[in-house]
Amino acid sequence: MLKIENLHARVEGKEILKGLSLSVNAGEVHAIMGPNGAGKSTLGHVLSGRDGYEVTAGTVTYNGIDLLALDPEARAAAGVFLAFQYPVEIPGVNNTYFLRAALNAQRKQRGEKELDSMAFLKLVREKLKVMQISDELLHRAVNEGFSGGEKKRNEIFQMAVLEPQLAILDETDSGLDIDALKQVAQGVNTLRSPQRAFLMITHYQRLLDYVVPDFVHVLADGRIVESGDKSLALKLEEHGYTGLAASHPAGSHRAGAVA
Amino acid sequence: MSQPASLPLVTSLLDAPLPASGIAWLDASRRENRAAFAASGLPDTRVEAWKYTALRGLGQRSFAGGDAAAATRVVDAATFALPGVDGPRLVFVNGVFRADLSALAALPRGLSLQPLSQALRGDVEPLRFALSRPALVGHVREAGDAFARINAASAGDGMVLRVAAHATISAPVHLIFVGAAAEAELAWHARNVIELGEGASLSLVEHYVSSGEQAQLATLVSDIELHEGAQLHHTVLQNAAIGANLIRRSGLRLRTRAQALLHVLELGGALVRHDLQAELVGDHAQFHTRGVFMPHGRQHTDTQLAIRHQALDTTSTSTWRGVANDRARGVFRGAIVVAPGADGSDASLNNKNLLLSPTAEIDTKPELEIYADEVKAAHGATVGQLDERSLFYLRSRGIPLAEARALLTAAFCRAVLDDLPNAALREHLSGLLIAQLPA
Repeated sequence: MLKIENLHARVEGKEILKGLSLSVNAGEVHAIMGPNGAGKSTLGHVLSGRDGYEVTAGTVTYNGIDLLALDPEARAAAGVFLAFQYPVEIPGVNNTYFLRAALNAQRKQRGEKELDSMAFLKLVREKLKVMQISDELLHRAVNEGFSGGEKKRNEIFQMAVLEPQLAILDETDSGLDIDALKQVAQGVNTLRSPQRAFLMITHYQRLLDYVVPDFVHVLADGRIVESGDKSLALKLEEHGYTGLAASHPAGSHRAGAVA
Repeated sequence: MSQPASLPLVTSLLDAPLPASGIAWLDASRRENRAAFAASGLPDTRVEAWKYTALRGLGQRSFAGGDAAAATRVVDAATFALPGVDGPRLVFVNGVFRADLSALAALPRGLSLQPLSQALRGDVEPLRFALSRPALVGHVREAGDAFARINAASAGDGMVLRVAAHATISAPVHLIFVGAAAEAELAWHARNVIELGEGASLSLVEHYVSSGEQAQLATLVSDIELHEGAQLHHTVLQNAAIGANLIRRSGLRLRTRAQALLHVLELGGALVRHDLQAELVGDHAQFHTRGVFMPHGRQHTDTQLAIRHQALDTTSTSTWRGVANDRARGVFRGAIVVAPGADGSDASLNNKNLLLSPTAEIDTKPELEIYADEVKAAHGATVGQLDERSLFYLRSRGIPLAEARALLTAAFCRAVLDDLPNAALREHLSGLLIAQLPA
């Protein structure tokens, strides 16, 4: 589904990704772990098409197409979803209105029929039940005045409604208490399916206790330096990133292509 | 402080014959005001109130005075139909009253409504005070108020509306000015006199539209007097075509416990100027304004809001949004004065502006002068651009760039319409705002 090869990317003239390679198949959950500054969030932003990230080398192929050539909205319509680390507050734009506009914009780009308000409401009701989100959040402006946990749950709720094929979760666990973390994890688990892949970017192992990944990759200094199964995450928890970096001096890493 | 009186605009306005009323004091006043206009000419940008609105271009144009065929111009009523606005209706085409397009039959009890041209044929004494001066509110200075002068000289029609004491007029009154294409580029002038008696209440929708895009110049002066405890909901929809140059001046005087809630949408026109002046002369009077100006192309929109708190415990709130696109320019000046003795006044003014293009410009100037005690006052103005992070957030969810920009811009303006009481009209106006945004 997703094939990243030798990706190099710069932000404000500084090279952050330095030859990242990764393959993700439908149905798989990949965790990308790594220390601060390794390039984790940059990866999420490059994949979703944010301005200001300059790709200087490498390719990203998504379902056979060049993902990097698409506008952010076209990537979304093609099924790529980024759950933001810091969801943006948008005063004056109603959450429900926004979500319907987003879903219908995607459907329109895909040549599908737009949902009328009745059909949309029905869909929202179903997803609300699954995500355990209160009705009241829907009537507020997008993320405005939401707590940290509410913002993250709203991201997962949006994901549930938009039903992407490739979901990138950028530190969705950060800043959550254990109850909120469990709720978010439960939302993600509900959405796991053989057609859908997840890329979970995280600093800590604890999210992976609740959303068990098929693969774990360690991202350090702009490259994937080690890949393994979920036991790698536990190893990291034990030894930390510094211990890991020591066992993989620069130049001796293996490119993290999996599957 | 003024430009030579030989400017084509000034000459053409002075060339037009004055309307003849046969009323000695009125004809004398018109001649006086014309002489004052001839003496002052147009204000230039050295006049503080015209600092950001240069009349150089307009001054070079000539406009024919009045439209002899106004009574027979074909105007489609659909151009001014508004949802939620189905009360009495007064329509003026190129400044001339059109009975055939108006709806004045079976006026509700307590409402007196007629065109000025008719009112002048009846008992004119009640109008004498208003029509003897260029404007009810504010000082008329020489060059700065040249348009009030030429209006006082030349306006032969307009609306005269009175609500009797304690009458509640529930259906909104719809006042429509249509600019219609004619054989020549026209100038026309209208004067409105509005008075709400003690404890009376009224909703009024003032509406500017055009049929045709020919250049025109219109001046409009409205005097609005609210007696003790009167309540006015006033909505102004300025949606004239691109050729319209509209110079408007509205003055409100609010007596004890009178309240006015005003919503203004400035969407159309070429050069649009609105002087909005309110005097809160009675204790506990309240004046609330919300407005949005949204110039695009090469439009120029200038709003000059001036509020004087002159009595105890008076309140004013002003929420204005400006959105400029392309090479358009918006100007906003919000001046609040809390006069000596207006203790306990509460005045807040907020003007936020958005530039949608690098060549658009908005100049905003909040001014606050306080000469009283125990006054609460807040004012602020900003000029900015759409937030890149918000745009990316919307796009990352699949919303195309243009739609994302429109959504954020509409959200930016939302506060202006939030408290418009007429829900159907509110919906319609917010749709107009969205339609105005670049696709």
